[in-house]
Amino acid sequence: MKAGSNLEKILSRGIFAVTGELGPPKGNDVSVVKRKADLLKGYVDAINVTDNQTAIVRMSSIATSSLLIQMGLEPVMQMTTRDRNRIAIQSDIFGATALGIKNMLCLTGDHHTFGNQVDSKNVHDLDSIQLIDCVRTMRDNGTLLGGEEKIEGEIKIFIGAAENPFGDPFEFRVIRLAKKIRAGVDFIQTQCIYDMNRFKEWMKMVRDRGLHERVHILAGVTPLKSGGMARYMAKNVSGIIIPDEIIDRIVKAKKPAEEGIKLCVEQIQQLKEIEGVHGVHIMAIEWEHMVGQITEMAGLLPRPKVE
Amino acid sequence: MIKAEQKPMDEILGYIESYNKILLSGCGACVTVCHAGGEKEVELLSYSLKMARKKMGNPIEILEITPARQCEPEFALELKEMVQNVEAVLSIACGVGVQTLVRHYPNTPIFPGLNTTFLGETVIHGIWEERCQACGNCVLGKTGGICPISRCAKQLLNGPCGGSSNGKCEIKKEADCAWQLIYDRMKNLKQLHKLEEIIPAKRWGIESRDSGLRRIVREDLKV
Amino acid sequence: MSSFEPKIIAFCCDQSGYPSLEMAGRLGLRLPKNVEVVRVPCAGRIETIYLLRALERVADGILIFACYEENCQFLRGNLRVKSRLFYAYKILEKIGLEKERLEICNLSTNSGVRFVEVLQRKYDALKKLGPNPFTQKV
Repeated sequence: MKAGSNLEKILSRGIFAVTGELGPPKGNDVSVVKRKADLLKGYVDAINVTDNQTAIVRMSSIATSSLLIQMGLEPVMQMTTRDRNRIAIQSDIFGATALGIKNMLCLTGDHHTFGNQVDSKNVHDLDSIQLIDCVRTMRDNGTLLGGEEKIEGEIKIFIGAAENPFGDPFEFRVIRLAKKIRAGVDFIQTQCIYDMNRFKEWMKMVRDRGLHERVHILAGVTPLKSGGMARYMAKNVSGIIIPDEIIDRIVKAKKPAEEGIKLCVEQIQQLKEIEGVHGVHIMAIEWEHMVGQITEMAGLLPRPKVE
Repeated sequence: MIKAEQKPMDEILGYIESYNKILLSGCGACVTVCHAGGEKEVELLSYSLKMARKKMGNPIEILEITPARQCEPEFALELKEMVQNVEAVLSIACGVGVQTLVRHYPNTPIFPGLNTTFLGETVIHGIWEERCQACGNCVLGKTGGICPISRCAKQLLNGPCGGSSNGKCEIKKEADCAWQLIYDRMKNLKQLHKLEEIIPAKRWGIESRDSGLRRIVREDLKV
Repeated sequence: MSSFEPKIIAFCCDQSGYPSLEMAGRLGLRLPKNVEVVRVPCAGRIETIYLLRALERVADGILIFACYEENCQFLRGNLRVKSRLFYAYKILEKIGLEKERLEICNLSTNSGVRFVEVLQRKYDALKKLGPNPFTQKV
């Protein structure tokens, strides 16, 4: 075991994993964390805690992850390279592991101009692949990045990263995944999948290189709430592809939200059948209360207890 | 070359508000090429300022000069006589030129009339685009000759982020994704395998722009 | 105000504006009183600074008589002057001068009547607009 987290145990035993996502509050209101955590409890193996997602200032992912641990849940702490240089990154990893955080997702982060502090200076001292390499160095070599300097104590982290099979250039996406694996990533969560054909094509490229045996891939899904949301995402969010037939299906449905959940469940069932997909990552944005229903309908419950 | 753009008129007028006689100095090098601070722009700005001040009922006298390169001591010294006859200098050279004048004329207020924007290339006449951030340890040899430091909004060294869509950057839709360009070029050169190599964390702090004042010394040239 | 005679600088391209002026003369048409003609080999010869200099020193208004856009003997001279005119508009906006004082008119060699009409219209418009504040003694 690299970190001994619940997520690592589930994946290493070949159990189909389920992760959820929790966006920290735009302030210090702990009750928001508690409410969202309660909605996810029992339905997922670990919960991603976003790090100022879309560059909107929120409670720090370390603090929120620590609160989740106190509430008896397992966090996947997200960390972006947008806001921290390598000094802050390594210091935060010391702190996070001291607080009992065992999973970490290494990200570059959304550009700061998308958020509410557009005049800030972005950092990007490292990119996400260099961040993976940094965490692996700390864990496996027991030293700081680029140095011989020994770390006091042991860094035990199950290292994750994101990958987007829907970004361009498409053929580069697998090269990038291979680089992440070489840098030391243990698991991958993908961008939300609607274009199943393209995802399958990507997975085939992954298998052709044998990468699926060297990393756990968790397929990302996001239930669509309405036709408007589907249209908005398809048009405005770079790196997300929603095929027209899916938009049509949600737009034409009598109850779009119900249809969205149904579609999401169908997608999970299809994803389960793809060789090399070891779990799903459910990103129910401000719709956390549906995760129970989705996992139930997809036959993913009860979540196993592993020791 | 260095690219620059004229500052807003109100800002410039603000700097020279309390003076009745100034020198407007352009530069015959980079900023002439990007039509921000050459001889032509000196005259245009001079007329604009004179007209604006006249309208305010507070006319100003403006001397004009455009040295070949404001950032070189010998050219900066050409201004000496004129500087002695004015209350302040407005420079429409890049930030380097402004500071060269500051070094040589310690007793005269010197103001910038341009915002120095980037090191760039002429895409076509009238369009200039950033190509280099003078990071000090060039990565072009590893990235197919296309610079992700200046052309990627996140300065990614190991491939595109998820926001690369149809060849464009999600931050600025008119901008090409640097990594799409790198990928296309390497594919064209049949060198895609070179992109599999992980480029390690960049040495920003010792070899690059965060190392403090950078200085080049060539002993052989100092004689 | 009634004694105000707007001063107009008419830049005339040798291929269109100037022949039209000559034709107006042959037809016995009268130009407004205070027009100064500047003959140029091509409208593309007119730099932005010429417009500014004229407005700073003497002109209440400027007319540029250039060839029709597809008809430039030097291919793009008339397009160049057009973009310089737009650049001049931006400068005028910054310093607070009405852009109506500057105008371009595209015509052919035999537009004598139109030449005079356009000048007369500009004259009337400038008369309403009033003198250029920059040419007045402070």
